[in-house]
Amino acid sequence: MIVKNLATRIFKPIIPEAEGRNMVIAGLAIVSIILFMAIFADIIAPYNPTKFSGKPLSPPSPSNLMGTDNLGRDVFSRVIHGSRVVLMVVFSASAVSMAIGVPIGLISGYFGGKLDRAISMIMDSMYAFPSLILAIAIAAVLGPSVFNAVIAISVVYVPTYFRMTRGQTLSLKSRLFVEAARASGAGNLRIMRKYIFPNLVTTVIVVFSLSIADAILTEAGLSFLGFIVSAPTPDWGFDLSSGRPYLPSGYWWMITFPGAMVMILALGFALIGEGLSELYAPGRER
Amino acid sequence: MTSLKAYIVTRALLVIPTVLILLTLVFFILRILPGDPIASMVGQKVPPEVLEKLREEAGLNKPLIVQYFDYLYNILHGNFGRSMIWGKRPVTAEIMDRFPATLELTIFGFVISVILGIITGSVAAFRRGSKIDASMRIYSILAYSLFIPWFGMVLQMIFGVYLKILPIGGRISPGTEPERITSLYVVDSLLTLNTSALSSALMHLFLPALTLGIVLSGAYTRLVRNNLIDVLSQDYITAYRSRGVKDRKIAIHAMKNAFIPVITLMGLQFAILLAGAVLTETTFSWPGMGTFLLERIQYRDYNSVQGAIVFYALFVALISLIVDVIYALIDPRIRY
Repeated sequence: MIVKNLATRIFKPIIPEAEGRNMVIAGLAIVSIILFMAIFADIIAPYNPTKFSGKPLSPPSPSNLMGTDNLGRDVFSRVIHGSRVVLMVVFSASAVSMAIGVPIGLISGYFGGKLDRAISMIMDSMYAFPSLILAIAIAAVLGPSVFNAVIAISVVYVPTYFRMTRGQTLSLKSRLFVEAARASGAGNLRIMRKYIFPNLVTTVIVVFSLSIADAILTEAGLSFLGFIVSAPTPDWGFDLSSGRPYLPSGYWWMITFPGAMVMILALGFALIGEGLSELYAPGRER
Repeated sequence: MTSLKAYIVTRALLVIPTVLILLTLVFFILRILPGDPIASMVGQKVPPEVLEKLREEAGLNKPLIVQYFDYLYNILHGNFGRSMIWGKRPVTAEIMDRFPATLELTIFGFVISVILGIITGSVAAFRRGSKIDASMRIYSILAYSLFIPWFGMVLQMIFGVYLKILPIGGRISPGTEPERITSLYVVDSLLTLNTSALSSALMHLFLPALTLGIVLSGAYTRLVRNNLIDVLSQDYITAYRSRGVKDRKIAIHAMKNAFIPVITLMGLQFAILLAGAVLTETTFSWPGMGTFLLERIQYRDYNSVQGAIVFYALFVALISLIVDVIYALIDPRIRY
C-alpha cells in the first residue's frame, strides 16, 4: 500500500488522466523498485551472493529471508544481485534493436519499391522464426557470454521495430501534412526527420516496453539454458536451472523466488506497454 | 472456386522465397557470423588437428559460396548430413525420432491455449466493463508474463512433489510404450486400444501441455474479447436482438465471425509455441526437438544442430502456409 501510494504520488502528475493510467503507474512502480534493487544491490543484499552464508538448503528464516541454496549461499542476496545481468542485457539489446530496426523501417517504408519489398520479406521471415530458437542458434555459435547474449537478443527483436516503424511510415507518408511539406520544397531527409519521425515516437515507446517484456523472458530462457552466465554469477534464469535438481526433494525456495522475479519484471514492462498503448490509442486496444 | 485454387497455388509458390530466406538466414548465422562454430562449440582445449577433422566432417573448409550451394542442395534432397557423435546416424532419422514428441506436446498445448483463450475472452466480452472483464484482462497480461520453466516447476512442485498425483518428467512410463504407428503416443495407444499406455501418456502430457497452454492463452483472451466486442456491436446483431433472437443463439453467431481473425494469430502463435516448447521440454525432460537441439549443442554435434534449426525453419514455413490456406477456405473475402 505504501508503495502504491508513493508510486501514485510520483508518477501521477506526469501521466495524463485516461484509461490505462493505473496500469502504467503499477508497471512503473514495479520497474523502479527492481531498478533500485539493481543499482543498490551491494547495500540492500544482506550477504555476498557468491559466498557461503548459512547452512546449505535451509528453508526461509529470519537470517536467510529466502533460505539458502545447495552451496549455502543466501537466496535473497542472489535474487537482488540477479537483477543486474537481466536488466543490462535487456536494455542494451533493446536499444540496439531499436537503433537498427527503426531507421531501416523508416527508410524502407518511406521509399518503398523493390528494396522495401526485399527487406520486408527478410524481416518477415525472421519475425516468423521462433525467437528463442533464433537466439539459441546465435548464442550457440558465438559462445556463452553476456555480450553475446546482447547480440543474440538484439538480432531477434530488430524485425519487431522494423515492422512497426515501416507500417506507421507507410500510413504517415500519404498524410496531408507530409504532402504540404513536400510541396513547400522539403527534401526526403527533412521530411523523414522533421515530419515522420516525431510521429513515430509514441509508438516506438509502446513497442519498446512491450518488446522489453518479451526480451526479459528470452533472456531468462537463454540464461536458464546456460547461454549467458556461468557459476557463481547470480542471474534469475540461471539460478532457476541450478535449483531444478533440488525440486523433487521439495526445496521449493531455490526456484520459487528467482523465477517469480522474472515474471514480476516482465509483468512490469508489459503493464507499462499495455497501459501506454491505451493512453495513446484510446478505444483501440491491440 | 477457381480463384480459391489460384490463391492456394500462389500462396504455395510464395513458400519458396520464404524458405530460401530462412535457410540463408540459418546459413548466415551458423557459418558467416564471427566466431568459428566448431571452435566455440568444442571449447578452447582441443588440439588443432581434431578441430580440423571436425571442420572437414561438417564441410566447413570449402569456400563459403560452395558451402552455401552444397547446403541448399543437400537440404533440397532431404539430406541433413550425419550426426557427428555415437552411431553417426543420419540427422534426418534422429530428428524423426524426436519430432513426434514435440508435435504431440505442441498440439495439446495449442488446443489448451485456444480453448482457454476462447472461454476467458468471450466471458470478458459478454460481461464487458465488469469486474470479470477486468480480471480476464489481468489474466491475459499475467499469462503472457509467466516464465515457462518457473511456471512448469511450480506445477511440478504442486502436482508431482506434494500431491504426488502426476509425474514430473518424461513422456511415458518406461515399458508401457504403445506400438509405433504415428509415434504420437496418445494417438497410437488409441489406435491400438492400449489403455495403460493411453493413461500413462496423458498423465505425462498433462502438466507440460498445461504449462504451454496457459502461457499462450493470454494472447487469445485479448483477441477473442476485442473481436467479439466488435462483432457484437454490428448491425446484424442488433437486428437479431430486435427480432427477439435468444442471447445464446446470438452468441454462437457472433463467435463464428469473431473467430476468423483468431486463425491468423494461430499461425504466429505456433512459432511462439515452438519456442516455448524448447523451455517446456527442458523443464519436463521431454524427449523432443528442443531437448535434441540443446543436447547436440552441448555435444558439439554441428550437423545435428544445423539440421534441427533448418527443420524448425521448414516447419514454420509449412505451418504459415497451412494457416493461410485454412483462412482462405473459411473467409471468402481472401482471394487473389
